[in-house]
Amino acid sequence: MYNEKVMETFKNPKNVGEIENPDGIGTVGNEVCGDIMQITLRIENDVITDAKFKTFGCAAAIATSSTATEMVKGMTVEEALKLTNKRVIDALGGLPAQKLHCSVLAEEAIKAAIEDYQSKKHA
Amino acid sequence: MVKTPIYFDHAATTPLCEEAFDKMKPYFTENFGNANSQHCFGREAVKAVDEARDTIASIINCKPGELYFTSGGTESDNWALRGIASAHKDKGKHIIISPIEHAAMITTAKELAKDGFEIEFMKVDEEGFVDLEHLKSIIRDDTILVACMMANNEVGTIEPIKEIAEIAHSKNAVMFTDAVQAAGVLKIDVKALGVDLMSMSSHKIYGPKGVGALYIRTGLKIDSIITGGHQERTKRGGTTNVPGVVGFAKAFEIAARDMDKNFEYVSSLRDRFINKVLAEVPFVKLNGPRKEGRLPANADFSFRYIEGESILFSLDLAGIAVSSGSACSSGSLEPSHVLLALGLPEGLAHGSIRFSFGKRNTAEEIDYAVEVLKQAVDRLRKMSPLFKVEGETKNV
Repeated sequence: MYNEKVMETFKNPKNVGEIENPDGIGTVGNEVCGDIMQITLRIENDVITDAKFKTFGCAAAIATSSTATEMVKGMTVEEALKLTNKRVIDALGGLPAQKLHCSVLAEEAIKAAIEDYQSKKHA
Repeated sequence: MVKTPIYFDHAATTPLCEEAFDKMKPYFTENFGNANSQHCFGREAVKAVDEARDTIASIINCKPGELYFTSGGTESDNWALRGIASAHKDKGKHIIISPIEHAAMITTAKELAKDGFEIEFMKVDEEGFVDLEHLKSIIRDDTILVACMMANNEVGTIEPIKEIAEIAHSKNAVMFTDAVQAAGVLKIDVKALGVDLMSMSSHKIYGPKGVGALYIRTGLKIDSIITGGHQERTKRGGTTNVPGVVGFAKAFEIAARDMDKNFEYVSSLRDRFINKVLAEVPFVKLNGPRKEGRLPANADFSFRYIEGESILFSLDLAGIAVSSGSACSSGSLEPSHVLLALGLPEGLAHGSIRFSFGKRNTAEEIDYAVEVLKQAVDRLRKMSPLFKVEGETKNV
């Protein structure tokens, strides 16, 4: 069902963990649905310099967390807000149809972390 | 070093045993006849089918004429449920089933509900055992069918079928049991149990896939769901799967012959595994019976803070094949209905893994699996936002 790239990413995910005192943190999903994703960001001058994730979820959720955090590193906040789940899936070489909702979580978690950063900045 | 891949998913299916395979072979080639044909080819086929029927009937203590071959457990379950509903609807439309039935039953019952049947669920306790007092309180004069599996496929609970059948018969309802996980594993005497119908499947007991049977007590009124020719005393149309039936009977014969030995050996593997996991993996819950009344092959655990499908694939990457009750494994958005019926919260139901052992597994494989499992669970917990060690107690 999963392609080799997804399995390899699940086996050796990047950016696992939590940034201490992050500039932005986003947590989406819930235990009832079986998926929770937490993304923490380090942001300097509106550029994402580091991203880490913690995920409770299936292999697809873990792989998309890894890939999405890899992709946003080096992006400006504006660019990262435009990251879609489709681009994350494409980077992984595709996901089975019933797993597409897992990739939506990664997009939502990044957006939530950036919103947290922006609200802190304007506070 | 233990050889991988290791198969711990015997409740899903089992490998065909050599004896059954050898017995089947001629019925694919030289003895290919249709059991419905009049000539010598047909007579050869019908002789094999009759022998197979005699073998299985004697093991479960029914008459050969009470045994009908089908395409497997799902067809047998469909036939029992739909066939009884249709034939007894004049008496009533109330059907009672257990909430932990196989999808073949739950889905079919939902279909019957659309046709105006009233489906009511029994209650089960947290280990999966049916609450007999609750059943007595919901059975009615217009209850036409009571259905409860003999042993659960997911958590391994062995149900008190004889007692359930007595309650069913107290209101003249038909008693059906799905024995797909129990046949060939537990001693079954349909007359002593008092069941009117019983489903069986071949591939769960080292027989071929695509064949099963339904026991139907003599004199019981039941409609057909697969209509066609005169096969199976005109009750089930379709050319008989002769090699399948022959292999099924041979596998059943061997399972019955070696039952005590296999029960003891597979139980010992299960107990070794359960004891090690409970001792060595923190924050784990054993689902299903804690002591008595569990299938010898079954061990089902929920691992807190992590999700089942990611555990399944972690084990798969290390060469260990298991299954999971998480929503992500089933292709639906809901976790296992069985675990929810046992009262597990969704988070724990999503984190469940079923290990089901077989007669060819070894203690070395068990020990290797525990080591792999510990590492996999630890790795996934380190990734989980839910896992905070402080203030937690061991083993939920």
